[in-house]
Amino acid sequence: MKYLDEYRNPREAQLLLDEIRRVSSRCWTLMEVCGGQTHSLLRHGIASELEGTVELIHGPGCPVCVTDQEAIDFACQLAQREEIVLTSFGDMLRVPGSRGSLLDAKTAGAHVRIVYSPLDAVELARKSPEKEVVFFAVGFETTAPATALAVKQAARDQLENFSMIVSHVRVQPAMESLVQAPDNRVQAFLAAGHVCTVMGYESYESFVEQYQLPVVVAGFEPLDLLEGILACVKQLEANEARLENRYARTVRSTGNRAAQDLVQEIYQICDRAWRGFGKIADGGLELRPEWQRFDARTIFAEPILPVINVDECRSFEVMTGHLKPPDCPHFGKRCTPESPLGAPMVSSEGACAAYYRYHGTMSHRRYKN
Amino acid sequence: MQNKGEIVSAAWQLNCPVSLPANADCVTLAHGEGGRLSRKLVQERIVRVLKNEYLVALNDAAQLPEIRGPVALTTDSFVVSPLFFPGGDIGSLAVFGTVNDLAVSGARPLWLTLSLIMEEGLPLVILDRILESIAKAAEETNIKIVAGDTKVVPRGAADGLFINTAGVGELITPIPPGPASLQENDELIVSGPIGRHGIAVLAVREELGLEPVPLSDCGSLIRPVDRLREELGDQIRCLRDATRGGVAAVLHEWAEACELTLSIDERSLPVSPDVRGVCELLGLDPLHVANEGTMVVAVKQGAADAALKALHSLSETAGARLIGTVTPRGIAPVTVRRTLGREQPLDDPLGSPLPRIC
Repeated sequence: MKYLDEYRNPREAQLLLDEIRRVSSRCWTLMEVCGGQTHSLLRHGIASELEGTVELIHGPGCPVCVTDQEAIDFACQLAQREEIVLTSFGDMLRVPGSRGSLLDAKTAGAHVRIVYSPLDAVELARKSPEKEVVFFAVGFETTAPATALAVKQAARDQLENFSMIVSHVRVQPAMESLVQAPDNRVQAFLAAGHVCTVMGYESYESFVEQYQLPVVVAGFEPLDLLEGILACVKQLEANEARLENRYARTVRSTGNRAAQDLVQEIYQICDRAWRGFGKIADGGLELRPEWQRFDARTIFAEPILPVINVDECRSFEVMTGHLKPPDCPHFGKRCTPESPLGAPMVSSEGACAAYYRYHGTMSHRRYKN
Repeated sequence: MQNKGEIVSAAWQLNCPVSLPANADCVTLAHGEGGRLSRKLVQERIVRVLKNEYLVALNDAAQLPEIRGPVALTTDSFVVSPLFFPGGDIGSLAVFGTVNDLAVSGARPLWLTLSLIMEEGLPLVILDRILESIAKAAEETNIKIVAGDTKVVPRGAADGLFINTAGVGELITPIPPGPASLQENDELIVSGPIGRHGIAVLAVREELGLEPVPLSDCGSLIRPVDRLREELGDQIRCLRDATRGGVAAVLHEWAEACELTLSIDERSLPVSPDVRGVCELLGLDPLHVANEGTMVVAVKQGAADAALKALHSLSETAGARLIGTVTPRGIAPVTVRRTLGREQPLDDPLGSPLPRIC
């Protein structure tokens, strides 16, 4: 299949693997930021192939994993109201808040619907004037343009029954918070290709300058990832810290201006609580005051229930590289996709789900050759 | 979108190739009350279309002739949404689904019962269309619908139409011994491109707007099973139609039964470009996506070539491929080799990415 098979060529992948092993004088620690990259690295067996040469830390780029429990609790509360249909991407449904997941709420009778695009939620609102349609807007800068477009569309259609719980997060402030931690282990970053497609990568110039860490923009297919890893290793071996784009077939330095303008028009930067991380300064996006009429939190006053903090999930340690999912004492035992303790076990971009799915429940060490 | 009815008047998703006038006659609660309307519905709409010597008697129980060998009995319910999907509808699905369960169990399908649970307001032209589809599928598979029942439930208590069937077949020796008989080096085959039914239903249900719309594989496995049995006899270990949970679910069930590892190679899996495209886009694994006319076959070591030759001789299984082998229990019950050729566990599907596909 075009645009897929040429980036999954086993022979070329093997050549790149050999090259990475050849140029590495020691084991380097890289972070792939995006959960989509994590899944690809595990699905195609790249992480295992590189054991001992490159350690991959699976970063916080799984938007549903870092969505605050309070936001999930709020969504569940709204979904239980008779007049509301709560819409979300399917990935969000299984993620537990502090009082269960949206799927649990649905089982208990709440109105929860999966949509494939925020515009589908707008369409649902247009077709169901008797209902309040609330869209749970999660995701990084990649998703924000689509949800911004939904707001614009709802405004154009003069819909008064469409709103959103906005829980968008921004990648770069999270990367900064990671490298500023005293126990940071990351020596180089694979930057998330899809976020850069939208936002460009100029903003990483100052990041590279300030923290002196290589940042390489990488794609999602095996050859994209291997090229990105090789570029990181080469820089590290040469004691360099540069910004490189290894996903040039999609990513331009300035990104997608139209999408950025749309995001800029609808949203403003705000501080945001990240699950596991706590509040990250400038870590999120919220609706601008002039679009507040689409903010579900403004429209629907719900008594704020305290988050029941029994979060035994150790996702923070996983996302900062201090714990490999299979080494977590709960992995595959108390924490499974059927009965998750935390979000990374259920999300399609979660690191724990990736290990469970592609490495099974036995320790990853068993898979060393 | 293709195939969409001009007027979608009901709460359920019709996606029907028939265009409905606004005042179409509908199923009413009176159709289910056992009186004149019930009889009219059964005689003029159902029996007229499905008639055979056993059904026309309209006895409380069908009186059937003696059969020679041991009997296979199966039952299944169908709640697919939408009722019509590219490549089939709930009617053809109900017949093929039940017939396939009999066929892969080693039986020659003979008789079917048919219960229709209709929602008040179901347009009669939709019912007719589905009954015609049932009749056509029954004729194609040479199975007789010998007994049935109709019920009508109030609007909102069902979703248009639910169907329940039971199927009776005659077991033919040699009966494939089943997955507990699997041994090391046995060979694993799929009978055609995988994941088509699940993706077809997904595409219309979620209005993904794909052109062309992927077609379901909804169809009969009787001919391929017969052909395999003629050519391979007792070389067949087991057969299973890979419905909900897809090929992965079948492999997991078999691995559990034989306590060995079933090891497949992703690169030899037949997946059509349209199905693959949707799966890549939505992050689904075709191995987890449902089929309705595609089976997994396990044969003894060395019999794969003959099995493939037999399957390739029929148009419906021209895309059959060898996908893997049975190995000693290794790192996981089911394993898959992907791009880099490393053996990795293949997970058991959890929940359905899409409920109500059958």
